[in-house]
Amino acid sequence: MLSIQNLKVAIEGKVILKSISLEVRPGEIHAIMGPNGSGKSTLAAVLAGRSYPQILEGTVTWFGRNLLEIPPEERSREGIFLGFQYPIEIPGVSMVNFMKTAVNEHRKYKGLEPLSASDFLKLMREKKELVEIDSKLANRSVNEGFSGGEKKKNEIFQMAMLEPKLAILDETDSGLDIDALRIVANGVNKLKRPDNSVIVITHYQRLLDYIIPDFVHVLYDGRIVKSAGKELALELEEKGYEWIKKEVNNQA
Amino acid sequence: MAKEQDKILNDVASGEYKYGFYTDIETEKIPRGLSEDIIKLISSKKGEPDWLLEFRLKAFRHWQTMKMPRWANLKIPEINYQDIVYYAAPKQRKTAESIDDIDPELKKTFDKLGIPLEEQKHLTGVAVDAVMDSVSVKTTFKETLAEAGVIFCSFSEAVREYPELVKRYMGSVVPYTDNFFAALNSAVFSDGSFCYIPKGVRCPMELSTYFRINASNTGQFERTLLVADEESYVSYLEGCTAPMRDENQLHAAVVEIIAENNAEVKYSTVQNWYPGDKEGKGGIFNFVTKRGLCRGENSKISWTQVETGSAITWKYPSCILRGDNSVGEFYSVAVTNHYQQADTGTKMIHIGKNTRSTIVSKGISAGFGQNSYRGLVKVLKKAANARNFSQCDSLLLGDKCGAHTFPYIEVDNPTAIVEHEATTSKIGEDQIFYCNQRGISREDAVGLIVNGYAREVLNKLPMEFAVEAQKLLQISLEGSVG
Ligand SMILES: Nc1ncnc2c1ncn2[C@@H]1O[C@H](COP(=O)(O)OP(=O)(O)OP(=O)(O)O)[C@@H](O)[C@H]1O
Ligand SMILES: [Mg+2]
Repeated sequence: MLSIQNLKVAIEGKVILKSISLEVRPGEIHAIMGPNGSGKSTLAAVLAGRSYPQILEGTVTWFGRNLLEIPPEERSREGIFLGFQYPIEIPGVSMVNFMKTAVNEHRKYKGLEPLSASDFLKLMREKKELVEIDSKLANRSVNEGFSGGEKKKNEIFQMAMLEPKLAILDETDSGLDIDALRIVANGVNKLKRPDNSVIVITHYQRLLDYIIPDFVHVLYDGRIVKSAGKELALELEEKGYEWIKKEVNNQA
Repeated sequence: MAKEQDKILNDVASGEYKYGFYTDIETEKIPRGLSEDIIKLISSKKGEPDWLLEFRLKAFRHWQTMKMPRWANLKIPEINYQDIVYYAAPKQRKTAESIDDIDPELKKTFDKLGIPLEEQKHLTGVAVDAVMDSVSVKTTFKETLAEAGVIFCSFSEAVREYPELVKRYMGSVVPYTDNFFAALNSAVFSDGSFCYIPKGVRCPMELSTYFRINASNTGQFERTLLVADEESYVSYLEGCTAPMRDENQLHAAVVEIIAENNAEVKYSTVQNWYPGDKEGKGGIFNFVTKRGLCRGENSKISWTQVETGSAITWKYPSCILRGDNSVGEFYSVAVTNHYQQADTGTKMIHIGKNTRSTIVSKGISAGFGQNSYRGLVKVLKKAANARNFSQCDSLLLGDKCGAHTFPYIEVDNPTAIVEHEATTSKIGEDQIFYCNQRGISREDAVGLIVNGYAREVLNKLPMEFAVEAQKLLQISLEGSVG
């Protein structure tokens, strides 16, 4: 469904992603790990359609379409969801209003009628239960005054509402307590269907105990320098990144 | 990022004004210019009593000694007061007693504006006085209101039918000497609405006046007088639109409110005068004096305004809190897009004991718009325990627009507590992108964010109008965000 080929990206003239290639097929779970500043969130930003990264080379296709030409809101409606590493606060805009607008835009894109107020609230209730989010949060303004963990849970809640084909979760596990981590992971698993895919960006193997990846990739210095099965995460947890950095630097 | 900002600013172009049409209807106009003869002509056209003509002439003589105020943070081009037509009336068979007397073109016009003149078609629970140019075309639900003892009619009719009430109250809150535009209005005002709520009556429906400018080269000068007698309540709404024209047209209104003991008046405005085009050509100059007097104890006057239109807005709906324990409120959202300018705010004058006032002002600037909040909180010597809270927020869309605040505080009583808070914010690219990532377009994202920002004020509007105002906010900012 998603195919990234030799992607090279700069921010303000500085090359951040040097050459990324990645193939995500329906149903797969990919984990991307890597040291701070290696470019993980930049990759996520490019896939979601932020405008500040400059694409220097490479292609990204989404079900055969050139993804890079699709505006960000349409990518969302197409089923690409980004769980933000740092969710944004929007004061004064209630979660209900925000999600209603979002859900109805998605429905419109699919040629469906907007949900009635009562159907929408029912959907909200269902999904709130699914991700065990505090009901009160859903009545507040988008992320305003939410704790770090609440913001992350709220990302999963929104994912549940939008049922994406591809969810990119950028460090959704950071800042979560043990219970919240389990809830978030369970939420992801409950929402997982055979044909939709997930890219989890994480620093901790812990999350991967719950969300079992098919592939683990290590992003280092703008490149995917290693890809393997889930056992790679364990190895990284044990040994850190030094050995990979050495391996890469020796090759260079 | 910079490129995106440029795109935003370049796209300022596409904002659309939906009420810019002109009704081709036979209109009776008097010659341009302003003189005692013109004023006598207006007065005789309206068949007015001598005392009213006297009032006009005094006002005119006073006006001639005055200069246009220049203290506002506005660039106002020179206005040639001799080049304006001060009276223009759509020709009608006579005063419209029944709906069948109204010219179908006029009916169509108000239908298009969403203000049907047929009672059965109208929003239930809202009575309308529809004013086109210099005259009131029709006031709906007069009979229903009369049953409750409420008088709601055009100003001209009030002068004929209730001269004592008009004499007693007109000019008691805004004397003709008050300011340049109030003096001008007092000299040439043509119509407007009059409303009297008798003792102990809770007005059974929302009252509203819809002002429409149609004729070219004319100004609109209406007066509204609203009297809430003891223990009464009324909620009143004012709306306004005008055709798109290259010329600037002057609208100089006066609104006076009197609230007696325990009376409450809610006055809401959704101001959508033609704002001029994207280059700043044309548009209405909206120079308005609005003031309420909380004359009685425990009385309350609340102003809510959503100002999206006009090329230039100069307007400070104010409260004089004379009665002990009286309450004044001012809730405002003012939008300036393209080359619009607004200098708006309020005055809260605390005279009585335990008087309280609240000011919430939300400015939104886009394009090259300039938005100023100007407010005065004045606590007089005798106003023990007066309280004021002011919150002035500015939201900037783009970096070529401006927001300014001019809060003045004068306190003469040591027991008073006056608080002022101000913030300035921008809509962040991060916020817009967050919305985009959930499937919401840039335009809709800005709409959501702006409405969220203005919600505290919009919530004060009567329900039906809150929805309208929300749409209006979005439309008036259309194209301002790329
Ligand atoms: N908007 C930006 N402007 C300038 N530099 C940026 C911007 N965004 C990212 N960068 C730089 O790009 C590099 C990669 O950042 P990125 O956020 O993609 O890293 P990451 O792998 O997600 O790190 P972390 O694990 O800490 O979240 C960093 O050096 C960062 O400073
Ligand atoms: Mg990151």
